[in-house]
Amino acid sequence: MEKKTDKNSYTIIFAIGMVLLVGALLAFAAESLKPRINENKRLEKQQNILYAMGINENDGSSATFISTDKAPEAFSKYITKQLVIENGKVTENDQAYLIDVKKEQANAKAGKIRRLPLFIGEKDGETYYIAPIRGKGLWDAIWGYVALDANMVVQGAYFDHKGETPGLGANIKERFFMDDFIGEHLLDASGNFKGITVAKGNADPKNDDKTDNEIDAIAGATITGDGVTAMIKSDLKLYKSYFETLKN
Amino acid sequence: MGLLSKKDSKLILDPLADNNPITIQVLGICSALAITAELKASIVMSISVLFVLGLGNVVISLMRNIIPSKIRIIVQLVVVATLVIIVDLVLKAFSYELSKTLSVFVGLIITNCIIMGRFEAFALGNGPWRSFLDGVGNAAGYGIILVMVGFFRELLGSGTLLGFKVLGDPIEKTGLYALGYENNGFMLLSPMALIVVGIIIWVQRTKNKALVEDH
Repeated sequence: MEKKTDKNSYTIIFAIGMVLLVGALLAFAAESLKPRINENKRLEKQQNILYAMGINENDGSSATFISTDKAPEAFSKYITKQLVIENGKVTENDQAYLIDVKKEQANAKAGKIRRLPLFIGEKDGETYYIAPIRGKGLWDAIWGYVALDANMVVQGAYFDHKGETPGLGANIKERFFMDDFIGEHLLDASGNFKGITVAKGNADPKNDDKTDNEIDAIAGATITGDGVTAMIKSDLKLYKSYFETLKN
Repeated sequence: MGLLSKKDSKLILDPLADNNPITIQVLGICSALAITAELKASIVMSISVLFVLGLGNVVISLMRNIIPSKIRIIVQLVVVATLVIIVDLVLKAFSYELSKTLSVFVGLIITNCIIMGRFEAFALGNGPWRSFLDGVGNAAGYGIILVMVGFFRELLGSGTLLGFKVLGDPIEKTGLYALGYENNGFMLLSPMALIVVGIIIWVQRTKNKALVEDH
């Protein structure tokens, strides 16, 4: 005997009803939470940029941002200028931190001009030049912010990822990895851009040598590490011409 | 137990050992390999699965009489995916930090075969309260194994527990490392999770011969 729920017509009606219900539910949830989520993302960008220039609440071995309620105030206090570099032309834009690096990279690929945001921070008389970078890890996107001085020496770095393996690639956002970049040079001795390589079998695991353009890789996270190397190389290189103008 | 009848408490206690989803039913192995390189991730994943499986079992159980049997697997998938997405959205809006920690797990929860397995094997044939207990029990049984594997992999692979350097500092050569101890990098790779799970299965079946199948 056939049950009511085995009928084809019932199955189809059930499926349609379920899809409409679930679709409406998800659309409603996504729309109503969107403003809050976007606000969280905006604050996170400010926190990331501040983190890279050393304004954070680090305590012990884990990386801690400045709290969300203090972030907007600190951001306007420490970030003195926000620049957009477009084809070598530098303009000021106080919304530059909202530029979507992913979109700009896609523009560059499509042959259009890529806008490069650069944030200038002042802390204790030091000037920091903070640039966003973005690339690919093992599973998904990885990105970060690197704070440089006028000679393109790293003063601080923040990395994040969308879905790297916990315990392995995900450790790029741990302090032991990010802090390794501090003091490392992006240029070689003759001033050419060399980047920083996340190197396996590094002869310098304590990272005493800051001019070797290398930091020690995370065991078991080779592809994520290579992704970090690649995004530093490709994205920070674009800022080199700007840093040359600083010397004159 | 006063709160639960004997039959009900069996639903919670059985999956913890004698009917464990990982070691006996061999479900959910994929996530046990993927995220147990550190203890914290194991704990977070266990709690997430506990939540989704408990709630999902109740929803499926409430719908069990109206779900058309021909498309029941799809219905189950839709229910678990919806639950997970809503939880993810709410966390993103109200607890952004936590949602970032969990982001990796969201996709993994949907594909976790324990969840589909319990929907199919239990929630479709039982009432909401019993289904809830079954979900909680199975998720806890899954969590116990995950935490055990995460504990050994993080301790032996990185020399840390929850990020704390319990064995000393490998670079400064303090603690155990001063005696020439080295971390076993193998423990961080997925195949070692399988071997750890294998050892747990071995120990469990040696202690309880009733679990060994006859051939």
